[in-house]
Amino acid sequence: MRLTCPVCGERDRREFTYSGAAVALERPGAEAMPEAWDDYLHNRDNPAGVTRDLWYHEQGCAAWIVVTRNTITHEVLGATLASEAARAGGGR
Amino acid sequence: MVDLKSQTPCAGRVPLRVGPLSLTEDTPEHMTAIAPYIGQDQALSDALKSAHGMAAPGTGRMTGKSGARALWFGQRMILLIGPEPEAGLAEFAALSDQSDGWAVLRLEGAGARDVLARLTPLDLRPAQFRRGHTARSDCAHMAASITRLGDEAYQIMVFRSMAATLVHEVKIAMGRVVAQK
Ligand SMILES: [Zn+2]
Repeated sequence: MRLTCPVCGERDRREFTYSGAAVALERPGAEAMPEAWDDYLHNRDNPAGVTRDLWYHEQGCAAWIVVTRNTITHEVLGATLASEAARAGGGR
Repeated sequence: MVDLKSQTPCAGRVPLRVGPLSLTEDTPEHMTAIAPYIGQDQALSDALKSAHGMAAPGTGRMTGKSGARALWFGQRMILLIGPEPEAGLAEFAALSDQSDGWAVLRLEGAGARDVLARLTPLDLRPAQFRRGHTARSDCAHMAASITRLGDEAYQIMVFRSMAATLVHEVKIAMGRVVAQK
């Protein structure tokens, strides 16, 4: 498996550390209802199909990236810097 | 006052020779991590140029020449190798002294690329990884900085604490490549 780091280009999977669903970028506002915090902290989908995950290019440039991939076909569809996705409001 | 003697990270372990291959240590006087502040990249590059003679390197590139180099060292990070950084650079970037923190090795000779290919998943094909290209990658499971210095010459850097492991791993790979010839 290879991932394309937006900074470094296509790299071997072993350079990256997996974190989890990119929902971590969509932190609710301080005034949000408990349900929103429950979703943010605990509830995760387990999609058969396209999913967005956070990966850390640990043995590389040290960037956090959002990788879009398909869990059925194993196709890697794209990657963006997490900093840019967060600035764009979670990047959805 | 005790007069302490400084030791280089690979002291007593290199130089090594296996067939046409050599592994030697480079001991730059200073190494400084330079992290440009947001929006200050051009100003930093200009300051670097007037202070040390080289512009800031682009992603995956090295600028300068032997003795005073600027190495791309990760996302928004540059490593100045050789000179003591001019104080004025601090206006445009966060500077942190790394001088004793990294082991700097030079692997050279016919087959150097084959040795490195045993240790890192990087695409080392000469047309892909050219002279002056650099990358942060995995080298024998250690976080490394790998730079192509010449036709069959590479610089490999790891944290100082991993110097002995790196020398050990490279030495084994050198032996295997030479044994295959
Ligand atoms: Zn990267």
